[in-house]
Amino acid sequence: MDFSFLSDDRYDFLGAFWMNVQLTFWSAIGALILGTVLAAMRVSPVPLMRATSTVYVNVVRNIPLTVIIIMMSQVLYTQLGVQLATRGERGFLATNNFRLAVLGFVLYTACFVAEAIRSGINTVPPGQAEAARAIGLRFTQVLWLIVLPQAFRSVIAPLANVLIALIKNTTIASAIGVAEAALLMNTLVENEADKYMAVFLTIAVGFIILTLPVGLLLGWVAKKAAVKR
Amino acid sequence: MKYGKLSAALAAGAAALLTLSACGSGSDAGASVSDAVNNATSVVGGAVNTATSVAGGAVNTATSAAGGAINTATSAAGSMADKATSAAGSAMNNATGGGDPSKSKVLNDAKGGKLTIGIKFDQPGLGVKNPDGSFSGFDVDVAKYVAKKLGVPETGITFVETKSAEREDKISKGEVDYIVGTYSITDERKQKVNFAGPYFIAHQDLLVKADNTDITGPEALNGKILCSVTGSTPAQKVKKDYSQQVELQEFGTYTECVEQLKSGVVDAVTTDDVILAGYAAQDPGQFKLVGKGFSDENYGIGLQKDDTAGTDAITTALKDMVKDGSWKAALDKNVGPSGYKIPEPPANLTS
Repeated sequence: MDFSFLSDDRYDFLGAFWMNVQLTFWSAIGALILGTVLAAMRVSPVPLMRATSTVYVNVVRNIPLTVIIIMMSQVLYTQLGVQLATRGERGFLATNNFRLAVLGFVLYTACFVAEAIRSGINTVPPGQAEAARAIGLRFTQVLWLIVLPQAFRSVIAPLANVLIALIKNTTIASAIGVAEAALLMNTLVENEADKYMAVFLTIAVGFIILTLPVGLLLGWVAKKAAVKR
Repeated sequence: MKYGKLSAALAAGAAALLTLSACGSGSDAGASVSDAVNNATSVVGGAVNTATSVAGGAVNTATSAAGGAINTATSAAGSMADKATSAAGSAMNNATGGGDPSKSKVLNDAKGGKLTIGIKFDQPGLGVKNPDGSFSGFDVDVAKYVAKKLGVPETGITFVETKSAEREDKISKGEVDYIVGTYSITDERKQKVNFAGPYFIAHQDLLVKADNTDITGPEALNGKILCSVTGSTPAQKVKKDYSQQVELQEFGTYTECVEQLKSGVVDAVTTDDVILAGYAAQDPGQFKLVGKGFSDENYGIGLQKDDTAGTDAITTALKDMVKDGSWKAALDKNVGPSGYKIPEPPANLTS
Protein backbone atom coordinates (compact mmCIF):
# COMPACT_ATOMS: atom_id res chain seq x y z
CA MET A 1 0.00 0.00 0.00
CA ASP A 2 1.24 3.44 -0.94
CA PHE A 3 1.51 5.93 1.92
CA SER A 4 3.54 8.50 -0.03
CA PHE A 5 1.06 11.26 0.84
CA LEU A 6 2.25 11.18 4.45
CA SER A 7 5.46 12.98 3.49
CA ASP A 8 3.76 15.33 1.01
CA ASP A 9 3.88 18.80 2.55
CA ARG A 10 0.62 19.82 0.90
CA TYR A 11 -1.08 17.82 3.65
CA ASP A 12 -0.74 18.94 7.25
CA PHE A 13 -1.71 15.84 9.22
CA LEU A 14 -0.52 17.08 12.59
CA GLY A 15 -2.29 20.40 12.07
CA ALA A 16 -5.53 18.66 11.14
CA PHE A 17 -5.50 16.33 14.15
CA TRP A 18 -4.44 19.20 16.40
CA MET A 19 -7.64 20.93 15.30
CA ASN A 20 -9.62 17.87 16.47
CA VAL A 21 -7.81 18.03 19.80
CA GLN A 22 -8.65 21.72 20.19
CA LEU A 23 -12.29 21.13 19.27
CA THR A 24 -12.43 18.29 21.80
CA PHE A 25 -10.75 20.31 24.55
CA TRP A 26 -13.11 23.30 24.46
CA SER A 27 -16.18 21.18 23.78
CA ALA A 28 -15.37 18.83 26.66
CA ILE A 29 -14.99 21.71 29.13
CA GLY A 30 -18.19 23.35 27.92
CA ALA A 31 -20.13 20.09 27.91
CA LEU A 32 -18.96 19.20 31.42
CA ILE A 33 -20.17 22.53 32.79
CA LEU A 34 -23.48 22.56 30.91
CA GLY A 35 -24.00 18.86 31.60
CA THR A 36 -23.47 19.33 35.34
CA VAL A 37 -25.94 22.22 35.38
CA LEU A 38 -28.49 20.11 33.49
CA ALA A 39 -28.01 17.18 35.88
CA ALA A 40 -28.39 19.51 38.87
CA MET A 41 -31.58 20.91 37.38
CA ARG A 42 -32.78 17.37 36.84
CA VAL A 43 -32.64 16.60 40.59
CA SER A 44 -33.63 20.05 41.83
CA PRO A 45 -36.74 20.57 43.97
CA VAL A 46 -38.18 23.10 41.43
CA PRO A 47 -40.56 21.32 39.01
CA LEU A 48 -40.02 23.87 36.22
CA MET A 49 -36.25 23.33 36.27
CA ARG A 50 -36.69 19.57 36.27
CA ALA A 51 -39.06 19.81 33.30
CA THR A 52 -36.79 22.18 31.34
CA SER A 53 -33.79 19.92 31.80
CA THR A 54 -35.74 16.79 30.91
CA VAL A 55 -37.16 18.30 27.75
CA TYR A 56 -33.78 19.74 26.70
CA VAL A 57 -31.93 16.46 27.17
CA ASN A 58 -34.55 14.38 25.42
CA VAL A 59 -34.89 16.73 22.45
CA VAL A 60 -31.25 17.59 21.79
CA ARG A 61 -29.76 14.14 22.23
CA ASN A 62 -32.21 12.79 19.66
CA ILE A 63 -31.17 15.23 16.93
CA PRO A 64 -28.37 13.93 14.71
CA LEU A 65 -25.16 15.80 15.43
CA THR A 66 -24.63 16.62 11.76
CA VAL A 67 -27.94 18.46 11.76
CA ILE A 68 -26.99 20.39 14.89
CA ILE A 69 -23.62 21.43 13.48
CA ILE A 70 -25.03 22.49 10.12
CA MET A 71 -27.82 24.36 11.94
CA MET A 72 -25.17 26.27 13.88
CA SER A 73 -23.79 27.60 10.62
CA GLN A 74 -26.81 27.76 8.32
CA VAL A 75 -29.44 28.88 10.83
CA LEU A 76 -27.71 30.46 13.80
CA TYR A 77 -25.09 32.32 11.79
CA THR A 78 -26.51 32.74 8.28
CA GLN A 79 -30.19 33.27 9.07
CA LEU A 80 -30.11 34.73 12.57
CA GLY A 81 -26.83 36.60 12.14
CA VAL A 82 -25.21 35.37 15.35
CA GLN A 83 -21.47 35.93 14.94
CA LEU A 84 -18.95 34.55 17.39
CA ALA A 85 -16.01 36.53 15.97
CA THR A 86 -15.51 40.04 14.57
CA ARG A 87 -16.07 40.26 10.84
CA GLY A 88 -13.25 41.96 8.99
CA GLU A 89 -10.65 40.63 11.37
CA ARG A 90 -8.00 38.35 9.89
CA GLY A 91 -9.17 34.73 10.11
CA PHE A 92 -12.75 35.71 10.91
CA LEU A 93 -14.25 32.78 9.07
CA ALA A 94 -12.02 30.12 10.61
CA THR A 95 -12.55 31.48 14.14
CA ASN A 96 -16.28 31.86 13.67
CA ASN A 97 -16.71 28.34 12.29
CA PHE A 98 -14.56 26.89 15.04
CA ARG A 99 -16.62 28.56 17.76
CA LEU A 100 -19.91 27.62 16.11
CA ALA A 101 -18.74 24.01 15.95
CA VAL A 102 -17.67 24.04 19.62
CA LEU A 103 -21.04 25.51 20.58
CA GLY A 104 -22.79 22.72 18.68
CA PHE A 105 -20.68 20.02 20.33
CA VAL A 106 -21.26 21.52 23.77
CA LEU A 107 -25.04 21.65 23.32
CA TYR A 108 -25.11 18.05 22.08
CA THR A 109 -22.55 16.38 24.33
CA ALA A 110 -23.93 18.08 27.47
CA CYS A 111 -27.01 15.83 27.20
CA PHE A 112 -24.91 12.70 27.53
CA VAL A 113 -22.80 14.21 30.29
CA ALA A 114 -25.98 15.16 32.15
CA GLU A 115 -27.38 11.65 31.89
CA ALA A 116 -24.10 10.12 33.06
CA ILE A 117 -23.91 12.45 36.06
CA ARG A 118 -27.55 11.84 36.90
CA SER A 119 -26.87 8.12 37.04
CA GLY A 120 -23.91 8.93 39.30
CA ILE A 121 -26.14 10.96 41.59
CA ASN A 122 -28.43 7.95 41.88
CA THR A 123 -25.55 5.87 43.22
CA VAL A 124 -25.14 8.19 46.22
CA PRO A 125 -27.22 6.74 49.10
CA PRO A 126 -30.21 9.01 49.87
CA GLY A 127 -29.19 9.01 53.54
CA GLN A 128 -26.23 11.24 52.65
CA ALA A 129 -28.43 13.99 51.22
CA GLU A 130 -30.90 13.62 54.09
CA ALA A 131 -28.13 13.91 56.66
CA ALA A 132 -26.76 16.98 54.89
CA ARG A 133 -30.18 18.58 54.88
CA ALA A 134 -30.61 17.73 58.53
CA ILE A 135 -27.54 19.77 59.51
CA GLY A 136 -29.05 22.76 57.66
CA LEU A 137 -27.32 22.81 54.26
CA ARG A 138 -29.21 24.39 51.37
CA PHE A 139 -29.95 22.43 48.17
CA THR A 140 -26.96 23.91 46.31
CA GLN A 141 -24.69 23.08 49.23
CA VAL A 142 -26.00 19.53 49.49
CA LEU A 143 -25.37 19.06 45.80
CA TRP A 144 -22.00 20.78 45.60
CA LEU A 145 -20.47 19.57 48.88
CA ILE A 146 -21.99 16.14 49.41
CA VAL A 147 -23.64 14.59 46.37
CA LEU A 148 -21.70 15.72 43.28
CA PRO A 149 -18.19 14.88 44.58
CA GLN A 150 -19.30 11.29 45.16
CA ALA A 151 -21.33 11.17 41.98
CA PHE A 152 -18.40 12.32 39.82
CA ARG A 153 -16.13 9.67 41.26
CA SER A 154 -18.48 6.93 40.18
CA VAL A 155 -19.11 8.21 36.65
CA ILE A 156 -15.56 8.69 35.37
CA ALA A 157 -15.81 5.56 33.21
CA PRO A 158 -19.09 6.58 31.52
CA LEU A 159 -17.74 10.10 31.07
CA ALA A 160 -14.68 8.60 29.38
CA ASN A 161 -17.04 6.97 26.89
CA VAL A 162 -18.67 10.31 26.24
CA LEU A 163 -15.25 11.90 25.76
CA ILE A 164 -14.16 9.24 23.27
CA ALA A 165 -17.40 9.68 21.36
CA LEU A 166 -16.80 13.44 21.40
CA ILE A 167 -13.28 13.07 19.96
CA LYS A 168 -14.66 11.10 17.05
CA ASN A 169 -17.67 13.39 16.69
CA THR A 170 -15.38 16.37 16.11
CA THR A 171 -14.91 15.09 12.54
CA ILE A 172 -18.39 16.43 11.84
CA ALA A 173 -17.03 19.98 12.13
CA SER A 174 -15.75 19.63 8.58
CA ALA A 175 -19.38 19.90 7.47
CA ILE A 176 -19.15 23.63 8.17
CA GLY A 177 -15.58 23.93 6.97
CA VAL A 178 -13.44 23.57 10.09
CA ALA A 179 -10.04 22.39 8.88
CA GLU A 180 -9.82 19.16 10.88
CA ALA A 181 -8.92 15.57 10.00
CA ALA A 182 -12.12 14.73 8.10
CA LEU A 183 -11.66 17.77 5.89
CA LEU A 184 -8.10 16.67 5.21
CA MET A 185 -9.48 13.24 4.38
CA ASN A 186 -11.86 14.79 1.84
CA THR A 187 -8.93 16.61 0.29
CA LEU A 188 -6.89 13.42 0.13
CA VAL A 189 -9.72 11.46 -1.43
CA GLU A 190 -10.05 14.16 -4.07
CA ASN A 191 -6.33 14.24 -4.89
CA GLU A 192 -5.18 10.67 -4.24
CA ALA A 193 -7.94 8.72 -5.90
CA ASP A 194 -5.65 5.71 -6.25
CA LYS A 195 -4.86 5.40 -2.53
CA TYR A 196 -8.27 5.17 -0.82
CA MET A 197 -7.43 2.35 1.56
CA ALA A 198 -4.25 4.03 2.69
CA VAL A 199 -6.05 7.34 3.25
CA PHE A 200 -8.84 5.82 5.31
CA LEU A 201 -6.42 3.69 7.32
CA THR A 202 -4.25 6.70 8.12
CA ILE A 203 -7.17 8.73 9.43
CA ALA A 204 -8.52 5.75 11.37
CA VAL A 205 -5.14 5.05 12.97
CA GLY A 206 -4.80 8.74 13.80
CA PHE A 207 -8.03 8.61 15.77
CA ILE A 208 -7.09 5.40 17.52
CA ILE A 209 -3.87 7.11 18.60
CA LEU A 210 -5.98 9.93 20.05
CA THR A 211 -8.68 7.86 21.72
CA LEU A 212 -6.86 4.79 22.99
CA PRO A 213 -4.71 6.59 25.61
CA VAL A 214 -7.77 8.55 26.74
CA GLY A 215 -9.68 5.34 27.34
CA LEU A 216 -6.79 3.63 29.13
CA LEU A 217 -5.92 6.64 31.29
CA LEU A 218 -9.48 7.38 32.34
CA GLY A 219 -10.15 3.69 32.95
CA TRP A 220 -7.26 3.69 35.40
CA VAL A 221 -8.42 6.94 37.02
CA ALA A 222 -11.94 5.53 37.34
CA LYS A 223 -10.61 2.53 39.24
CA LYS A 224 -8.55 4.73 41.58
CA ALA A 225 -11.33 7.23 42.21
CA ALA A 226 -14.29 4.90 42.61
CA VAL A 227 -16.08 5.14 45.95
CA LYS A 228 -15.65 1.81 47.71
CA ARG A 229 -18.96 0.77 49.16
CA MET B 1 8.15 15.50 9.72
CA LYS B 2 9.32 11.92 9.77
CA TYR B 3 6.53 9.51 9.01
CA GLY B 4 8.74 6.51 8.43
CA LYS B 5 7.80 4.60 11.56
CA LEU B 6 4.15 5.46 11.20
CA SER B 7 3.98 4.17 7.66
CA ALA B 8 5.70 0.94 8.65
CA ALA B 9 3.09 0.38 11.33
CA LEU B 10 0.32 1.23 8.90
CA ALA B 11 1.73 -1.12 6.29
CA ALA B 12 1.71 -3.96 8.82
CA GLY B 13 -1.95 -3.26 9.57
CA ALA B 14 -2.62 -3.08 5.86
CA ALA B 15 -1.10 -6.51 5.31
CA ALA B 16 -3.47 -7.97 7.87
CA LEU B 17 -6.41 -6.28 6.20
CA LEU B 18 -5.23 -7.46 2.82
CA THR B 19 -5.32 -11.03 4.00
CA LEU B 20 -8.83 -10.53 5.32
CA SER B 21 -10.21 -8.81 2.23
CA ALA B 22 -8.63 -11.39 -0.05
CA CYS B 23 -10.49 -14.16 1.76
CA GLY B 24 -13.70 -12.14 1.85
CA SER B 25 -13.78 -11.03 -1.76
CA GLY B 26 -12.52 -14.35 -3.09
CA SER B 27 -15.77 -16.01 -2.14
CA ASP B 28 -17.68 -13.66 -4.46
CA ALA B 29 -15.89 -14.95 -7.49
CA GLY B 30 -16.98 -18.54 -7.26
CA ALA B 31 -15.64 -21.58 -5.49
CA SER B 32 -12.60 -22.24 -7.67
CA VAL B 33 -11.33 -18.70 -7.32
CA SER B 34 -11.97 -18.61 -3.63
CA ASP B 35 -9.88 -21.74 -3.26
CA ALA B 36 -7.06 -20.25 -5.26
CA VAL B 37 -7.10 -17.02 -3.34
CA ASN B 38 -7.39 -18.74 0.00
CA ASN B 39 -4.48 -21.01 -0.71
CA ALA B 40 -2.35 -18.14 -1.84
CA THR B 41 -3.27 -15.84 0.99
CA SER B 42 -2.60 -18.44 3.60
CA VAL B 43 1.00 -18.08 2.47
CA VAL B 44 0.89 -14.31 3.16
CA GLY B 45 0.85 -14.22 6.98
CA GLY B 46 4.38 -13.01 7.64
CA ALA B 47 6.44 -10.19 6.16
CA VAL B 48 4.83 -7.21 4.49
CA ASN B 49 7.01 -7.03 1.42
CA THR B 50 6.46 -10.58 0.37
CA ALA B 51 2.81 -10.33 1.29
CA THR B 52 1.97 -7.98 -1.54
CA SER B 53 3.91 -9.90 -4.14
CA VAL B 54 2.30 -13.15 -3.07
CA ALA B 55 -1.09 -11.51 -3.20
CA GLY B 56 -0.25 -10.35 -6.70
CA GLY B 57 0.51 -13.92 -7.58
CA ALA B 58 -2.79 -14.97 -6.07
CA VAL B 59 -4.62 -12.65 -8.37
CA ASN B 60 -2.87 -14.00 -11.40
CA THR B 61 -3.64 -17.61 -10.54
CA ALA B 62 -7.14 -16.62 -9.63
CA THR B 63 -7.82 -15.06 -13.00
CA SER B 64 -6.41 -17.90 -15.00
CA ALA B 65 -8.31 -20.43 -12.91
CA ALA B 66 -11.55 -18.50 -13.04
CA GLY B 67 -11.77 -18.05 -16.77
CA GLY B 68 -15.20 -16.48 -17.10
CA ALA B 69 -15.08 -14.65 -13.80
CA ILE B 70 -12.08 -12.49 -14.71
CA ASN B 71 -13.75 -9.18 -14.06
CA THR B 72 -14.97 -10.02 -10.61
CA ALA B 73 -11.71 -11.53 -9.52
CA THR B 74 -9.47 -8.74 -10.70
CA SER B 75 -11.63 -5.91 -9.49
CA ALA B 76 -12.00 -7.52 -6.11
CA ALA B 77 -8.24 -7.62 -5.96
CA GLY B 78 -8.18 -4.02 -7.09
CA SER B 79 -9.91 -2.81 -3.98
CA MET B 80 -7.39 -4.60 -1.78
CA ALA B 81 -4.31 -2.50 -2.08
CA ASP B 82 -2.24 -0.47 -4.44
CA LYS B 83 0.44 -2.96 -5.21
CA ALA B 84 -2.13 -5.65 -5.67
CA THR B 85 -4.02 -3.38 -8.04
CA SER B 86 -1.04 -2.95 -10.29
CA ALA B 87 -0.57 -6.69 -10.28
CA ALA B 88 -4.25 -7.13 -11.04
CA GLY B 89 -4.01 -4.45 -13.68
CA SER B 90 -1.28 -6.26 -15.54
CA ALA B 91 -3.16 -9.53 -15.18
CA MET B 92 -6.19 -7.89 -16.77
CA ASN B 93 -4.01 -6.47 -19.49
CA ASN B 94 -3.03 -9.93 -20.53
CA ALA B 95 -6.57 -11.14 -20.16
CA THR B 96 -8.32 -8.38 -22.08
CA GLY B 97 -5.51 -8.07 -24.60
CA GLY B 98 -5.71 -4.25 -24.66
CA GLY B 99 -7.75 -3.41 -27.74
CA ASP B 100 -9.75 -6.62 -28.11
CA PRO B 101 -13.42 -5.49 -28.39
CA SER B 102 -14.78 -8.89 -27.34
CA LYS B 103 -13.27 -8.40 -23.83
CA SER B 104 -14.50 -4.86 -23.31
CA LYS B 105 -17.11 -4.72 -20.55
CA VAL B 106 -18.88 -1.66 -21.90
CA LEU B 107 -19.05 -3.00 -25.48
CA ASN B 108 -20.28 -6.40 -24.32
CA ASP B 109 -22.97 -4.81 -22.16
CA ALA B 110 -23.96 -2.51 -25.01
CA LYS B 111 -24.28 -5.52 -27.28
CA GLY B 112 -26.71 -6.99 -24.76
CA GLY B 113 -28.76 -3.78 -25.04
CA LYS B 114 -28.27 -2.71 -21.41
CA LEU B 115 -25.93 -0.11 -19.94
CA THR B 116 -25.48 1.09 -16.37
CA ILE B 117 -24.21 4.65 -16.36
CA GLY B 118 -22.94 6.63 -13.39
CA ILE B 119 -23.94 10.31 -13.16
CA LYS B 120 -24.31 12.97 -10.50
CA PHE B 121 -27.86 13.33 -9.16
CA ASP B 122 -27.47 16.75 -7.61
CA GLN B 123 -25.79 19.02 -10.11
CA PRO B 124 -28.24 21.38 -11.79
CA GLY B 125 -27.66 21.73 -15.52
CA LEU B 126 -25.27 18.76 -15.63
CA GLY B 127 -26.71 15.73 -13.93
CA VAL B 128 -29.87 15.98 -11.89
CA LYS B 129 -32.62 13.62 -10.79
CA ASN B 130 -35.96 15.30 -11.33
CA PRO B 131 -38.88 14.91 -8.91
CA ASP B 132 -40.66 12.66 -11.43
CA GLY B 133 -37.71 10.25 -11.48
CA SER B 134 -36.32 11.28 -14.85
CA PHE B 135 -32.82 12.63 -15.37
CA SER B 136 -31.66 15.74 -17.12
CA GLY B 137 -28.55 17.80 -17.69
CA PHE B 138 -25.63 18.09 -20.07
CA ASP B 139 -23.82 15.04 -18.65
CA VAL B 140 -27.03 13.01 -18.94
CA ASP B 141 -27.43 14.06 -22.57
CA VAL B 142 -23.83 13.10 -23.30
CA ALA B 143 -24.35 9.74 -21.58
CA LYS B 144 -27.51 9.06 -23.60
CA TYR B 145 -25.87 10.11 -26.88
CA VAL B 146 -22.89 7.83 -26.31
CA ALA B 147 -25.23 4.97 -25.36
CA LYS B 148 -27.22 5.52 -28.54
CA LYS B 149 -24.02 5.39 -30.62
CA LEU B 150 -23.10 2.14 -28.88
CA GLY B 151 -26.47 0.77 -29.93
CA VAL B 152 -28.37 1.06 -26.63
CA PRO B 153 -31.76 2.85 -26.64
CA GLU B 154 -32.75 5.16 -23.77
CA THR B 155 -34.93 2.42 -22.29
CA GLY B 156 -31.87 0.19 -21.87
CA ILE B 157 -30.01 2.70 -19.70
CA THR B 158 -29.95 2.48 -15.92
CA PHE B 159 -28.64 5.64 -14.28
CA VAL B 160 -27.00 5.25 -10.90
CA GLU B 161 -25.64 7.94 -8.63
CA THR B 162 -21.85 8.10 -8.39
CA LYS B 163 -20.67 10.60 -5.81
CA SER B 164 -17.20 12.05 -6.36
CA ALA B 165 -15.47 9.88 -3.78
CA GLU B 166 -16.88 6.56 -5.02
CA ARG B 167 -16.33 6.93 -8.76
CA GLU B 168 -13.10 4.96 -9.19
CA ASP B 169 -14.39 2.14 -7.00
CA LYS B 170 -17.68 1.75 -8.84
CA ILE B 171 -15.85 1.57 -12.14
CA SER B 172 -13.24 -0.95 -11.09
CA LYS B 173 -15.84 -3.15 -9.41
CA GLY B 174 -17.87 -3.13 -12.61
CA GLU B 175 -20.97 -1.63 -10.96
CA VAL B 176 -21.19 0.90 -13.79
CA ASP B 177 -20.17 0.68 -17.45
CA TYR B 178 -19.07 4.28 -17.60
CA ILE B 179 -19.37 7.52 -15.66
CA VAL B 180 -20.31 10.91 -17.05
CA GLY B 181 -20.30 13.16 -14.01
CA THR B 182 -18.07 16.27 -14.09
CA TYR B 183 -15.21 13.81 -13.89
CA SER B 184 -11.96 15.75 -14.31
CA ILE B 185 -9.12 13.83 -15.92
CA THR B 186 -6.14 13.73 -13.54
CA ASP B 187 -2.98 11.64 -13.42
CA GLU B 188 -3.95 10.03 -10.11
CA ARG B 189 -7.31 8.94 -11.45
CA LYS B 190 -5.72 7.61 -14.65
CA GLN B 191 -3.96 5.06 -12.43
CA LYS B 192 -7.32 3.46 -11.68
CA VAL B 193 -9.58 4.14 -14.66
CA ASN B 194 -9.50 4.87 -18.38
CA PHE B 195 -10.79 8.19 -19.69
CA ALA B 196 -12.50 8.86 -23.01
CA GLY B 197 -12.58 12.47 -24.10
CA PRO B 198 -12.30 15.13 -22.75
CA TYR B 199 -15.79 16.07 -23.87
CA PHE B 200 -15.81 19.43 -22.13
CA ILE B 201 -13.21 21.86 -20.81
CA ALA B 202 -14.42 23.78 -17.80
CA HIS B 203 -12.65 26.64 -16.05
CA GLN B 204 -12.75 27.52 -12.40
CA ASP B 205 -14.81 30.67 -12.10
CA LEU B 206 -16.70 32.84 -9.59
CA LEU B 207 -20.45 33.11 -9.11
CA VAL B 208 -21.61 36.39 -7.57
CA LYS B 209 -24.92 38.16 -7.03
CA ALA B 210 -26.28 39.74 -10.20
CA ASP B 211 -25.90 43.28 -8.83
CA ASN B 212 -22.31 42.79 -7.70
CA THR B 213 -19.82 45.04 -9.46
CA ASP B 214 -16.68 44.95 -7.34
CA ILE B 215 -15.69 41.32 -7.93
CA THR B 216 -14.28 41.32 -11.45
CA GLY B 217 -11.95 38.35 -11.24
CA PRO B 218 -9.74 36.34 -8.91
CA GLU B 219 -7.42 39.33 -8.41
CA ALA B 220 -10.25 41.53 -7.08
CA LEU B 221 -11.14 39.40 -4.07
CA ASN B 222 -9.37 41.30 -1.31
CA GLY B 223 -11.06 40.64 2.01
CA LYS B 224 -13.90 38.69 0.42
CA ILE B 225 -15.37 35.41 1.58
CA LEU B 226 -15.44 32.61 -0.95
CA CYS B 227 -17.37 29.37 -0.73
CA SER B 228 -16.70 25.95 -2.21
CA VAL B 229 -17.10 22.26 -1.48
CA THR B 230 -15.00 20.65 1.26
CA GLY B 231 -11.68 19.37 -0.03
CA SER B 232 -12.60 19.86 -3.69
CA THR B 233 -9.98 20.81 -6.26
CA PRO B 234 -11.32 24.38 -6.67
CA ALA B 235 -11.25 24.85 -2.89
CA GLN B 236 -7.66 23.65 -2.76
CA LYS B 237 -6.67 26.01 -5.56
CA VAL B 238 -8.12 28.99 -3.69
CA LYS B 239 -6.27 27.99 -0.51
CA LYS B 240 -3.02 27.57 -2.42
CA ASP B 241 -3.07 30.66 -4.67
CA TYR B 242 -5.35 33.21 -3.04
CA SER B 243 -5.21 32.47 0.68
CA GLN B 244 -3.43 35.78 1.31
CA GLN B 245 -6.42 37.87 0.28
CA VAL B 246 -9.53 35.74 0.75
CA GLU B 247 -11.16 33.52 3.33
CA LEU B 248 -12.64 30.25 2.19
CA GLN B 249 -15.81 28.74 3.60
CA GLU B 250 -16.10 25.03 2.87
CA PHE B 251 -19.43 23.19 2.89
CA GLY B 252 -20.49 19.68 1.93
CA THR B 253 -22.49 20.76 -1.13
CA TYR B 254 -22.65 23.67 -3.56
CA THR B 255 -26.32 24.13 -2.68
CA GLU B 256 -25.28 25.26 0.79
CA CYS B 257 -22.79 27.69 -0.76
CA VAL B 258 -25.41 29.12 -3.12
CA GLU B 259 -27.84 29.55 -0.18
CA GLN B 260 -25.18 31.53 1.69
CA LEU B 261 -24.49 33.60 -1.42
CA LYS B 262 -28.20 34.41 -1.62
CA SER B 263 -28.25 35.63 1.98
CA GLY B 264 -25.03 37.59 1.50
CA VAL B 265 -22.95 35.75 4.07
CA VAL B 266 -20.40 34.77 1.41
CA ASP B 267 -19.40 37.06 -1.43
CA ALA B 268 -18.77 34.49 -4.14
CA VAL B 269 -19.01 30.78 -4.86
CA THR B 270 -16.17 29.18 -6.78
CA THR B 271 -15.92 25.99 -8.81
CA ASP B 272 -16.02 25.00 -12.48
CA ASP B 273 -17.93 27.56 -14.57
CA VAL B 274 -20.33 25.05 -16.09
CA ILE B 275 -21.41 23.82 -12.63
CA LEU B 276 -21.94 27.41 -11.50
CA ALA B 277 -23.89 28.10 -14.70
CA GLY B 278 -26.21 25.23 -13.78
CA TYR B 279 -26.98 26.88 -10.42
CA ALA B 280 -27.37 30.30 -12.04
CA ALA B 281 -29.80 28.80 -14.57
CA GLN B 282 -31.92 27.53 -11.65
CA ASP B 283 -32.63 31.06 -10.39
CA PRO B 284 -32.43 33.23 -13.51
CA GLY B 285 -31.54 36.84 -12.79
CA GLN B 286 -30.27 36.20 -9.24
CA PHE B 287 -26.63 35.45 -9.97
CA LYS B 288 -24.01 36.01 -12.62
CA LEU B 289 -20.75 34.39 -13.62
CA VAL B 290 -17.70 36.63 -13.47
CA GLY B 291 -16.36 34.91 -16.58
CA LYS B 292 -12.63 34.98 -15.89
CA GLY B 293 -11.66 31.35 -15.73
CA PHE B 294 -8.46 30.63 -13.84
CA SER B 295 -7.89 26.92 -14.39
CA ASP B 296 -8.66 24.17 -16.90
CA GLU B 297 -10.62 21.08 -15.93
CA ASN B 298 -10.91 18.40 -18.60
CA TYR B 299 -14.11 16.43 -18.15
CA GLY B 300 -13.79 12.87 -19.38
CA ILE B 301 -15.92 9.75 -19.43
CA GLY B 302 -14.47 7.23 -17.00
CA LEU B 303 -14.52 3.51 -17.76
CA GLN B 304 -12.68 0.38 -16.79
CA LYS B 305 -8.89 0.49 -16.79
CA ASP B 306 -7.23 -0.86 -19.93
CA ASP B 307 -10.50 -1.11 -21.86
CA THR B 308 -8.92 0.46 -24.95
CA ALA B 309 -11.61 -0.71 -27.37
CA GLY B 310 -14.37 0.77 -25.21
CA THR B 311 -12.46 4.03 -24.78
CA ASP B 312 -12.00 4.36 -28.54
CA ALA B 313 -15.67 3.64 -29.22
CA ILE B 314 -16.79 6.30 -26.73
CA THR B 315 -14.33 8.88 -28.07
CA THR B 316 -15.67 8.27 -31.59
CA ALA B 317 -19.21 8.75 -30.31
CA LEU B 318 -18.18 12.03 -28.67
CA LYS B 319 -16.64 13.24 -31.93
CA ASP B 320 -19.91 12.50 -33.70
CA MET B 321 -21.79 14.40 -31.03
CA VAL B 322 -19.70 17.51 -31.68
CA LYS B 323 -19.92 17.07 -35.46
CA ASP B 324 -23.70 16.77 -35.75
CA GLY B 325 -24.35 19.72 -33.46
CA SER B 326 -26.01 17.82 -30.58
CA TRP B 327 -23.10 18.75 -28.32
CA LYS B 328 -23.82 22.47 -28.61
CA ALA B 329 -27.58 21.94 -28.56
CA ALA B 330 -27.30 20.01 -25.29
CA LEU B 331 -25.25 22.79 -23.67
CA ASP B 332 -27.62 25.49 -24.94
CA LYS B 333 -30.58 23.66 -23.50
CA ASN B 334 -29.07 22.87 -20.09
CA VAL B 335 -26.84 25.78 -19.09
CA GLY B 336 -27.70 28.39 -21.73
CA PRO B 337 -30.39 30.18 -19.65
CA SER B 338 -27.71 31.39 -17.18
CA GLY B 339 -26.16 33.62 -19.85
CA TYR B 340 -23.07 31.40 -19.81
CA LYS B 341 -21.14 31.70 -23.05
CA ILE B 342 -20.93 28.22 -24.58
CA PRO B 343 -17.24 27.53 -25.26
CA GLU B 344 -15.71 25.81 -28.27
CA PRO B 345 -15.65 22.01 -28.05
CA PRO B 346 -12.32 20.47 -26.96
CA ALA B 347 -9.80 20.34 -29.82
CA ASN B 348 -9.36 16.56 -29.55
CA LEU B 349 -12.99 16.04 -30.62
CA THR B 350 -13.04 18.36 -33.62
CA SER B 351 -10.00 16.98 -35.45
